[in-house]
Amino acid sequence: MDSHATAIEPADVHESHEHPAYLRHHFETPEQQKEASAFGMWLFLLTEIMFFGGLFAAYLIYRNWYYPAFVAGSNTLKISLGTVNTGVLIGSSFTMAMGVWCAEMRKKSGLVLCLLLTMALGLVFLGVKYFEYKEKFELHHVPGADFSIEKFIHPDDPAKNPPLGPDMAAKTQVYFSLYFAMTGMHALHMIIGISILVFLVVRARQGAYINGYVQPIEYFGLYWHFVDIVWIFLFPLLYLINRHPGR
Amino acid sequence: MTYLLIFGALLVGTALTVGAAFVDLGHFNPVVAILIACIKAVLVILFFMHVFYSSRLMKLTVAAGFFTFLVLITMTLSDYLSRAWGLW
Amino acid sequence: MSTIVRLPDQKVATLPKRTFLNSEYGLKSWLLTGDHKRIAILYLISITFFFFIGGAFAALIRLELLTPQPDLMASDTYNKMFTMHGIIMVFLFLVPSVPATIGNFVIPIMVGARDLAFPKINLLSWYLYIFAGCFTLSALVLGGVDSGWTFTTPLSTHYLNTHVVTAGLGVFIAGFSSIFTGLNFIVTIHRMRAPGMTWFRLPLFCWSHYAASILMVLGTPVLAISLVLVILERTIGIGVFDPAKGGDPILFQHLFWFYSHPAVYIMILPGMGVISEVISTFSRKRVFGYTAVAFSSVAIALFGFFVWAHHMLIMGISNYSALVFSLLTMLVAVPSAIKIFNWAATLYKGSITFETPMLYAFGFMGLFTIGGMTGVFLGSLGMDIQLTETYFIVAHFHFVMVGGMLMAFLAGVHFWWPKMTGRMYPEGLSKLAALVTFIGFILTFFPQFIVGYLGMPRRYHAYPPEFQVLNVLSTAGATVLGIGYLLPMLYLTWSLKYGAIAGENPWQATGLEWQIQSPPLTENFTVTPIVDYEAYDYEWLANKTKHEVTTVG
Repeated sequence: MDSHATAIEPADVHESHEHPAYLRHHFETPEQQKEASAFGMWLFLLTEIMFFGGLFAAYLIYRNWYYPAFVAGSNTLKISLGTVNTGVLIGSSFTMAMGVWCAEMRKKSGLVLCLLLTMALGLVFLGVKYFEYKEKFELHHVPGADFSIEKFIHPDDPAKNPPLGPDMAAKTQVYFSLYFAMTGMHALHMIIGISILVFLVVRARQGAYINGYVQPIEYFGLYWHFVDIVWIFLFPLLYLINRHPGR
Repeated sequence: MTYLLIFGALLVGTALTVGAAFVDLGHFNPVVAILIACIKAVLVILFFMHVFYSSRLMKLTVAAGFFTFLVLITMTLSDYLSRAWGLW
Repeated sequence: MSTIVRLPDQKVATLPKRTFLNSEYGLKSWLLTGDHKRIAILYLISITFFFFIGGAFAALIRLELLTPQPDLMASDTYNKMFTMHGIIMVFLFLVPSVPATIGNFVIPIMVGARDLAFPKINLLSWYLYIFAGCFTLSALVLGGVDSGWTFTTPLSTHYLNTHVVTAGLGVFIAGFSSIFTGLNFIVTIHRMRAPGMTWFRLPLFCWSHYAASILMVLGTPVLAISLVLVILERTIGIGVFDPAKGGDPILFQHLFWFYSHPAVYIMILPGMGVISEVISTFSRKRVFGYTAVAFSSVAIALFGFFVWAHHMLIMGISNYSALVFSLLTMLVAVPSAIKIFNWAATLYKGSITFETPMLYAFGFMGLFTIGGMTGVFLGSLGMDIQLTETYFIVAHFHFVMVGGMLMAFLAGVHFWWPKMTGRMYPEGLSKLAALVTFIGFILTFFPQFIVGYLGMPRRYHAYPPEFQVLNVLSTAGATVLGIGYLLPMLYLTWSLKYGAIAGENPWQATGLEWQIQSPPLTENFTVTPIVDYEAYDYEWLANKTKHEVTTVG
């Protein structure tokens, strides 16, 4: 473990006020503040990993128990939309990384552009999600009183989607519960992320992050990349269960 | 620069995942899908999140997080997999 | 009886002119503070408040159990009693007790920093705690919850029409309070140590809190997701725990106990940290095997993640799984035992004095050992089938949590009270309170081991008449215990105005917090300390204080 002591200057350097304005006074140096803040952000992301971990555990168990139902449920999702969303989110991660770089290179317009692009791509993602949810609602795939297993017992194209017995067809509700829980939780995190982005864009345009204090951009970037990683795992697990023909 | 390369790699990975879904690999389909997803995640973590350039402590922290996640998954699954309710 | 207490001359001593308590005035300066010490005081007050509410429920439980018939309250009401007792005591008292009050106050000073790494998040932590408390109290006021503090499905999701969602939300928010506290501690201990303060010069209090913080950060989110799923199941019926829809109720328990087992270590590890400090100070000896104690704290944290299903051994997990978890449970007892051995070895050939914190520490060592050993009994599969869901379990966890953790909390409060307030509490009264607590505790909970072994189930408000004698003993003990807990409330409050002035280091203890004034300045240190001595270095302390004149004021 790193054990190097991190406070080197005695307290009287503070009197000469040589430190940058953003240095909080309980830290000795800006470097200490930066390292501490990065560490804190990563610890928060660890909690997010464990939070989604519970959902992944639930998913893995029920997928093993009700595999045919999961296949049938997964096949009702459009791969095209899912792939587009994955591309969009990866793109937004790229623009976010570029945003951090712009902040470090002190390019204000570049930073604002990257943040706006990230936000735009995030909104595109949410828009596509909205259409997917709407379709699910119309097809009676939302768990609850309105859920319909008709199309799973008597599918339109039996060659591509083999019919399920009523028992297993009822289990598609578990699949969709997990689908909505996991993508819903993910979407909630994206909405929170976009809200913070609005705030960051406003501050960036005022020139807040191009004078050496790139921490907020960097740490928000970490959060945004994490949300992307969650989707990177959600996409194959939810959309790509047994899609190959002739199964 | 590096970001562009990683971005490209991630898109290639996505295409591979989708493509592999349409090929019958039997029990290996989900394995391949998760494997590609893991590689993509590692790329994002190392390069977009700068962990590659960070201190040993950061790397240890990230590893600890995923370790605990794996403990949750495997030990819970070990209960379900070893039940004699035979739904495999 | 000899004592190591050395107070300044009371005729001329006064509190220091400038302290964190008088640096700013007004309610706003307290409610919007970033000072870790003020936040610790805020926590202390709120935690004490919730402790007494939880205690009131305990009193009602014991009152009902005086007689074998269900004569005091209806069965549903009794369920609400033990549920609220559990939720409040676990989530609103035990989890934040030592970390949020003593830890918040003392850890930055112990590592030589001016504050925690993220003071605003520290304050947010307290507000989340208050918010959680409000949710829980509103669940209480609106009619209560009767799911048990464990929210076991499918009872909590399908068969109850009480305020499970409100209580669940309260616990969810309390979880985040805990996460942020843990996050703060980890970053502070890693990144804000003073020059020369290496990992192995840290007081063992910091090591314990470090280990507990890792558990808080990694374990609590799983509790959060399990509660979210329960809430979703109750509100929109997603079916993830509903057998009729294909779900598995045991999955909830896996997720819940994945946190709640590490949670018991979150609760006890900080207490163990306190005991390390107290035993060392009052035997004037460095803790035996510092490295072993430090690493065993981390080992407890690590192994604590692998054993959660021993709370579910009879619930329907597979036999093989039960075997594995039972085996691992045997393993997790080892680091705890190492600590007890090391503390005992610290006492050996030490110059022991019997001040109040030390009395509580002795109580801890005995009672935690009994509680811990009974935990190992419960961990073995065959015994668990007989003993689980009986009063044996209730006795086990009360021994470790109340006999262990609560005693450690009281030891810590008494130990650091002079530092936090600048005043000493009345020693005679505090010793009496410690004794009363110890006797009351044994009287309350030891009969519960017996009655549980004989087969009395837990969470029942009626029982066969042959168990009545032991239950009456238990209730009598509870009354004594209650007195034992009320006394500190009274004399500690009294000491705020009338206690003797403590001075910098009344206990002659080592550690950075005893080198600064009592109460400390807002910025803790006037000069960044440079540490060039080991932890618990009493020779260094003797050298330093040999020609020292204590001036206070």
